[in-house]
Amino acid sequence: MKILLVLLDKEIRQFWRNRFLPVMTIVFPILVMLIFPWITTMEVRNVGVVVVDGDRSSASRRLVSKIGASDNFSLLGTAPDFNSALAALEAGEADIIVEIPDGFGEIRAEEHRNVSISANGVNAVKGALGTQYMLQTVMRTQAELLGEKMPFSPADDIAVLNLYNPTLEYRFYMIPALMIILMIMLGGFLPALNLVIEKEKGTIEQINVSPVGRLPFTLAKLIPFWIIVLAVLSVAMLIARFVYGLTIAGSAGAIYSASVLFVLAMSGLGVTVANHSSTMQQTMFEMFFFVVIFVLMSGLITPVESMPEWAQWITRLLPPRYFVDIMRAVYLKGTTVAELWREYLALGGFALLFDTLAVVAYKKQA
Amino acid sequence: MEERNAIEVRELTKRYGGVTALDRVSFEVGCGEIFGLIGPDGAGKTSLFRILTTLLAPDGGSASVNGLDSVADYRQIRRQVGYMPGRFSLYADLSVEENLSFFAALFGTGIRENYDLVAPIYSQIEPFRKRRAGKLSGGMKQKLALCCALIHRPSVLFLDEPTTGVDALSRGEFWDMLDGLRRCGISILVSTPYMDEAGRCDRIALINEGRILGIDTPQGLVDGFDEGVYELSGDDMSGLLARVRAERGISGCYPFGAVHHVVAAEGFDAVAFVARIAAEGFSGVSMQCIGAGIEDVFIKKMGR
Repeated sequence: MKILLVLLDKEIRQFWRNRFLPVMTIVFPILVMLIFPWITTMEVRNVGVVVVDGDRSSASRRLVSKIGASDNFSLLGTAPDFNSALAALEAGEADIIVEIPDGFGEIRAEEHRNVSISANGVNAVKGALGTQYMLQTVMRTQAELLGEKMPFSPADDIAVLNLYNPTLEYRFYMIPALMIILMIMLGGFLPALNLVIEKEKGTIEQINVSPVGRLPFTLAKLIPFWIIVLAVLSVAMLIARFVYGLTIAGSAGAIYSASVLFVLAMSGLGVTVANHSSTMQQTMFEMFFFVVIFVLMSGLITPVESMPEWAQWITRLLPPRYFVDIMRAVYLKGTTVAELWREYLALGGFALLFDTLAVVAYKKQA
Repeated sequence: MEERNAIEVRELTKRYGGVTALDRVSFEVGCGEIFGLIGPDGAGKTSLFRILTTLLAPDGGSASVNGLDSVADYRQIRRQVGYMPGRFSLYADLSVEENLSFFAALFGTGIRENYDLVAPIYSQIEPFRKRRAGKLSGGMKQKLALCCALIHRPSVLFLDEPTTGVDALSRGEFWDMLDGLRRCGISILVSTPYMDEAGRCDRIALINEGRILGIDTPQGLVDGFDEGVYELSGDDMSGLLARVRAERGISGCYPFGAVHHVVAAEGFDAVAFVARIAAEGFSGVSMQCIGAGIEDVFIKKMGR
């Protein structure tokens, strides 16, 4: 116990003496939380639209002005024919071509004149969502025109209500994910690098020849980063609250208890990796391997449910997957620990596994 | 009771893949002895140190420190030895004082309790105790490293190339410090690639390519050299080298700093030889008999 305090004292002194680390652990999370929620959005805005107006009626002008007024679109102009519009799309200026046929305004049920929408599918998300938005715009215009001609509206609008995130604010979906990415980066990389630097500099040799046991040594490598990561999480939650107005629907205790388990697992993984590598490069590469898998497969960005069956099986082996579920559920829905006991249990299991590995993998003797 | 050896190494073997780093190495170091391992880089010195300090497991043979087996009793050995690795391995971002008290604390002790032991060395760097270890000069780093290896009062000290990269004056001072430690009863195993430092040891082992070439006192090794060694110089040094090597009755000739060393059996007539090669056109040739040095012993044993 006394040894652990001696080692911790050394780690903390070294942390503050480092020119780069304290700054990074403060600035990096703040930057991530201030910048990325604005960037990592799945909402598509400013889809470039070129209109080929074959109708030139008040009805077609109404559709064009609706397109121009929408935030989702930026109306680049009209083209005389489809081919010149296609040239704009090929040049990369436009994303969508809307071709309004002659007779668009004279809506009769029996002979329907189709508006054609052609989208650039290179950016699949932009193409698909842009088309979707455009369809809605065209249909709404048609419904309006129809309503003006026939006094009785044929159909009521379908009512949509988004529970837990009423405005479907993509940022609210992403902010808990960004917190998790921060915790993966800081909780995993910092202890791993700290340990492998001792290996590279050879300072670990002196420790190895001393009677210091591997348990206090490993704990001294882990504990400072548990504290750092929880502090960073607190800052991130304050930013979420005061910059984006995102409050925790559930309890902060549920967030913190999951975070403790998660950072225990991540730091254990980091130290295990460092124990098996001899250089910083090796450690970084291995850690990046895990981080890429964690970020892409844990449901941070794309939902686990839409992955192929085999991939969903893999996600069960990833600690962040459970943490993602907990964070989003507690943050947005207000789910309680009791309801999420399986996820907490899984995280606890990973924490135990990785921290045990971290201690066992540290070998003083080659 | 018979006095126990501080270190005993028996038939020690270590392989890395197909490379044999240590090949059936045996020697012992008595209590209070300074024992030098003299050999070039890659001779296996560091592997030997790592086995004795319990960092590496041998593939064959055994090593013991204070009668404790390096594999079975590694925990006890770690309490009793001090190790100074070849590379500076203190915390560069901690101050001199912080490093020393950290290493003391690792062994559950403090600077004050052991101040008397390190005082002769530590007093030299104490004025800089607030300075970060990384900002010390090479000689001061080495003194601090020695202090850190000593602060828990080890009975056996392992110093792996402690003087490599240190200026000649500091090297001399360092050996004086080791003499002082020996008087405190500490046994020291020290390695060096510098042959001139061999004379400061009580006994030395010459080691090359994982094999011990000879073990004796420095004087004993030199006395055992049964041939004459001559120092040769002249205007055309490279021409001389080729000419002497072609001469019958000469067992070796090699560059030695600015001169050549010529090894020849007893009865070799140097005066007649100089006259002969001067007649062949070599100018400014001088040749005189000198005593063999450790390096001459090393080269001779290596050639065998």
